[in-house]
Amino acid sequence: MEYMITNYREPSTDGPAPGTPEFQEMMGAWMAYNQMLIDGGHWVSGASLAPADTATTIVLTDGTRTGTTDGPFAETKEQLGGYYLIKADDLDQAIELASKMPVGTASLEIRPVAFRPDA
Amino acid sequence: MSAHEAIDVALTRLAREDGPRVLSVLASRFGDLDLADDAVQDALVDATRTWPRDGMPGNPGGWLMTAARNRATDRLRRQASTSRRLASSQAELVERRIPSDAGGLAMIDNVDNADDRDDPSELGDERLRLMLLCCHPALGGDAQVALILRLVAGLTTEEIAAAFLVPPSTMAQRIVRAKRKIRTAAIPMSMPDGLDDRLGILLDTLYLVFNEGYLAHGDEQKPIRLELMSEALRLTRLLIELSDRHPEVLGLLAMELFARSRTGARTGAENELILLEDQDRTTWDLADIHEANAALAEAMARMQPGPRQVQALIGSHHANARTAEETDWPAIVGLYAQLDAMVDSPVIALNHAVAVAMADGPLHGLRLVEGLEGLDDYHLYWSAVAELNVRAGRSDEAIPAFERSLALTTNEAERRHLTKRLAELG
Repeated sequence: MEYMITNYREPSTDGPAPGTPEFQEMMGAWMAYNQMLIDGGHWVSGASLAPADTATTIVLTDGTRTGTTDGPFAETKEQLGGYYLIKADDLDQAIELASKMPVGTASLEIRPVAFRPDA
Repeated sequence: MSAHEAIDVALTRLAREDGPRVLSVLASRFGDLDLADDAVQDALVDATRTWPRDGMPGNPGGWLMTAARNRATDRLRRQASTSRRLASSQAELVERRIPSDAGGLAMIDNVDNADDRDDPSELGDERLRLMLLCCHPALGGDAQVALILRLVAGLTTEEIAAAFLVPPSTMAQRIVRAKRKIRTAAIPMSMPDGLDDRLGILLDTLYLVFNEGYLAHGDEQKPIRLELMSEALRLTRLLIELSDRHPEVLGLLAMELFARSRTGARTGAENELILLEDQDRTTWDLADIHEANAALAEAMARMQPGPRQVQALIGSHHANARTAEETDWPAIVGLYAQLDAMVDSPVIALNHAVAVAMADGPLHGLRLVEGLEGLDDYHLYWSAVAELNVRAGRSDEAIPAFERSLALTTNEAERRHLTKRLAELG
């Protein structure tokens, strides 16, 4: 089974600055998490996204672009920050793996992948 | 009982007792809940058709196991040949390899070769896993209730719909959606690591079913309603066996039995609700109280405290007090304080405040009640505020609170009780 884990959180403005020991520590936690996924055979893909205020949303109507707006699809306090695509035996394992994400405070949505052409 | 009636009784028993047992075994062996459920339903329909004609088999449970297993393998073979046809017709359209049917056929072999394991411990394990699956936290509360009644209590969708006063199509859709999520998201039928947490959700679900029967919503003319209280008790007793007599499950049984013992005393001649302190205690069911006392004693001997045991202890103080005046309110206040520390719930805090009012006087209780948040839409909050104000001699404060409670309640007996209270305050 493959699952997409998307993480939603309030954009942090006071995160550690690059180059500081705190930043190193944070990156270390993410690297360790990624390595854990790779070593366990769970890794498929993943990415951290640039802030939501850099997003552009377009609207297609019957295949024709009818709208282009500045900003993310949903203007909510919590924003999509990144995603993982993982392999897991079942939902319980996916929940367990997602729970270890060093994301601090966030809501993680776990969705089964229905079809992936390159799988 | 005529032969015809005997078969009807046996068929109901088959659906409610043997059906869920066979379902849990097949779901575990095939790793496919839908397939197992469909197969059991097929076999139950077969029984309804053939038993009245051919007579009952000597071992109904064994008959159902064989019939449902055959139905499941039939379905798998049909699916396999369909996917073969699909595979050959789609070969030119997609390059991607269509999964072969080898997996499905291997499963058939597995099941055909497996002994009919009747080791009760293993069967019990499968049934517990099915119960836990129905109450997986990834499923919504409504879905958990519907699934456990449908798959573990063996009730029909129509019976569950009638019990919850929703159209059968709504209930059917709820169950289909839940089963689809289990399949699509691959929710496993496995023994979870955090068993106690998962058991807690299961116990909450059973208590919800019990309470729905205890305090029915919108039950005006008593339409054909299933005995949800006894279904909840049946499932709780089953879970006691399956969970190795877990003290919290025993605690839940005691809670339910203490509550049920008052069934006959809870409503008056005009079908209005009668409060605990005004009930005729001689009509309380002693058999229920004795069984509850025994279950609670067994639970407490295990020395693993938990919220259901504390709630059962509170219930036992009420059930074992011969008069309302004899109630040991200071002890109940102490128990609510314990419960408050275990469970973060404004409803428990409300009950704590009411107990304090009974022990120390209404003004002490009111002070606590007024500090509570998140209960504005809870009818029992407003009736508690009203009663405490009555006790404190402030009927001008009580009347609007009773009115608010009346506007919020969905239970007819409570509505009659509140109307009566308002009339008394005039």
